[in-house]
Amino acid sequence: MSIWEFLQTYGARIIDGTLVTAAQFVLATLVAVTAALAAALGKLSRNLAVRGLAVTYIELFRGTSLLVQLYWIFFVLPLFGITLDKFTAGFLSVGLNIGAYGAEIVRGAIQAVPKGQWEAAYALSMSPARRMRRIILPQALVLMLPPWGNLLIELLKGTALVSLISVADLMFQAKQINASTFLSAQAFGTALVVYYLLARFLITPAMRRLERVMAQRLGRA
Amino acid sequence: MDHGDYPLELPEGDRPMVRFMNVTKRYGSLTVLDNLCLDVAEGEMVTVIGPSGSGKTTVLRMLMTLETINGGIIYVDGKPLTHMERNGRLVPADERHLRKMRSSIGMCFQHFNLFPHMTALQNCMEGPVQVLGLPKAEARARSEELLEMVGMIEKKDQHPSRLSGGQQQRVAIARALAMRPKVMLFDEVTSALDPEVIGEVTNVIRRLVGEHNLTMLMVTHQMGFARDISDRVCFFYRGKIEEQGPPDQLFGNPQRERTQQFLSAVKEAD
Repeated sequence: MSIWEFLQTYGARIIDGTLVTAAQFVLATLVAVTAALAAALGKLSRNLAVRGLAVTYIELFRGTSLLVQLYWIFFVLPLFGITLDKFTAGFLSVGLNIGAYGAEIVRGAIQAVPKGQWEAAYALSMSPARRMRRIILPQALVLMLPPWGNLLIELLKGTALVSLISVADLMFQAKQINASTFLSAQAFGTALVVYYLLARFLITPAMRRLERVMAQRLGRA
Repeated sequence: MDHGDYPLELPEGDRPMVRFMNVTKRYGSLTVLDNLCLDVAEGEMVTVIGPSGSGKTTVLRMLMTLETINGGIIYVDGKPLTHMERNGRLVPADERHLRKMRSSIGMCFQHFNLFPHMTALQNCMEGPVQVLGLPKAEARARSEELLEMVGMIEKKDQHPSRLSGGQQQRVAIARALAMRPKVMLFDEVTSALDPEVIGEVTNVIRRLVGEHNLTMLMVTHQMGFARDISDRVCFFYRGKIEEQGPPDQLFGNPQRERTQQFLSAVKEAD
């Protein structure tokens, strides 16, 4: 079967899967960014309990396998009375896993803002929370965007694992088509190309654009 | 003397705007300031000079509470800055007390430290709006007036990256003044500037001395400028005030050998 015939026959399913992958990507990104920010601020906190919680999260989710985390959240948490549907368990696992890496990016960026900025905000009598929100984070954001671009591509590829708990994403559809037709090269080849196109023509340009906009707001461009 | 023995408030009639009492600052085993006693009267302009490492910048940073002190106490406008009252005794100040007290102190830094993500005007409005809770219109009017005074009103919508060092420092002065401080601190504000723009910053400070009743404490390496505008000059050496007096006396007829050596070394370098 030629690739064109393949796409005519299975194109609709590939597109369905791609939409699910996109939804998983967007939701997991929200989880990752939120978790990364909270964990980074927690790790910089003076409160020992807060710091401990943040460090535990980062160590746990960065130090163990994403696939095992996915299975834990989907198969083991119900034993403790927390049952999540597969779609939610999917983006939550991927988001929390990537968020643990993101936390170190956010922390590094916050600490890379020049000390003089902290001091100037301090000299204006700003409270610690206001210093962070108004002065430090906007500048840290610019510094952390390039590594986040990298991490989001990693996140997109990580969402392929949710197919293993039967979320009907792109990888799931490719596997189904392969199982029923044995057209392995066409099925997995198409999936490969679609992941690449998403990363190369959606995520990368979007992050570049964001970097430009943020640089302009800093008056640098 | 234990800090519990210092007065809770300075008595009427003996209330300089700033008082350092037996202030000691150590970094590890290095004593940067040794039992410093220094009063600055309301409206007085005091300049601190001395070799690097003599503790002069530390004096300003302690007053801004950017540095904690290891001994003694600082009063601002008669009230304890580094300490606060609890059950009739003085205890080291907490974050809230420090924040309240330092709102009467403004500071300009050697490297300006303007917020790069805000325009000149936004830099000036940030404190009044966010900290003092002023309505935006009022904060804007106040900031524009100050930018006008420092000669930066035409550049009010520029980000700091578009401004020269001298222009940035003038905006930084306006930003500090927008908080209406009682005490202004200038920490080597001309040291990072190109020689040809130093004048535009010193002229602004000159005007402040002439027109406002601000209390000012300045660290500088520009002896001519210090001599021109100071009410009093303190020469710091190894964490102590080696000699102090009116500028004409200190520069014209220094009494101590260390002062003479320092001043002649500075003169040679010029």
